Amino acid sequence: MTGVDALLLALGAVAVGAGVLVVATRHLVRAGLYLVVCLVAVAGMYLVLTAELVTWVQVLIYVGAVVVLLLFAVMLTRAPIGASDDLDRPGWPATLIGGGVGLGLAALLVDAYGWTRVELPQAGTAERIGEQVFGAWVLPFELLSVLLLAALVGAIVLSRPDIGRSPATGTSDGERRPAR
Amino acid sequence: MRPVIPYVTAALLFGLGVYGVLRRRNAVLVLMAVELMLNAVNLILVTADTTAKALLPHGGQVFALFVIVLAAAEVGVGLAIVLQLYRMRASIAIDEVPLTERRADEPVPAVAGAVGEVTATEVAGPEGKR
Repeated sequence: MTGVDALLLALGAVAVGAGVLVVATRHLVRAGLYLVVCLVAVAGMYLVLTAELVTWVQVLIYVGAVVVLLLFAVMLTRAPIGASDDLDRPGWPATLIGGGVGLGLAALLVDAYGWTRVELPQAGTAERIGEQVFGAWVLPFELLSVLLLAALVGAIVLSRPDIGRSPATGTSDGERRPAR
Repeated sequence: MRPVIPYVTAALLFGLGVYGVLRRRNAVLVLMAVELMLNAVNLILVTADTTAKALLPHGGQVFALFVIVLAAAEVGVGLAIVLQLYRMRASIAIDEVPLTERRADEPVPAVAGAVGEVTATEVAGPEGKR
């Protein structure tokens, strides 16, 4: 058990603990904040695993953008402040399937890797990852930019009810109901 | 470095994400659980980058970057859908979403907040289905 292992174990415990709180808490906003803790702990694991660029991208995009978007959605849907009782469905099928998937995958990976140890490779700095992305993976990279554009257009079309206006009735699906 | 530690962490995070998706009623919380699952996959990819020797170096980390971009696009469109659902039905409980098209004369089930005006516009127009 080296220092790297101890760090990974501690960060993994934090990540799993915060993940449990994300799916178990009864406060909507707190679930988002526990998600931040979980994502930062996972980013720390990336850093220990020498994936520097992925760490900072994770912090920038997940913690900086995705969680903020999720919290915006919590606010925009008028989430109640304080604990709410109607967040969960009856739980035993979810417990069965989720626990089965998690523990099954964990058993599979423990069986595959055991207590072996590997040497950490060269750090994935921005220079090395950039060489790979713009060398071997440049076509998927460009495809991703098209996908981001498509997602952008899709999100705009979905959230603007006046775009899908049908000429027969003069109203669209979103406008028939008063905006709240 | 023992690769079993991040691998087991990722497996447990994925299980938690599956549990959250199946358990939660609130659509935003379901999206948060999906983020947990995507992070578990990213952790697997980054760990596999250290354990597996591939022809191209750092393929796992490049894939993790791609998955992060996909997750950003997914959460953008997903939240647009959630907000549109809230605008239409004043509720984002995913087990109250009707899976079939509603008939024109069928009243809207009572949901929290501002029910009266929705019902009024719903039964008024002959085209008021869904």
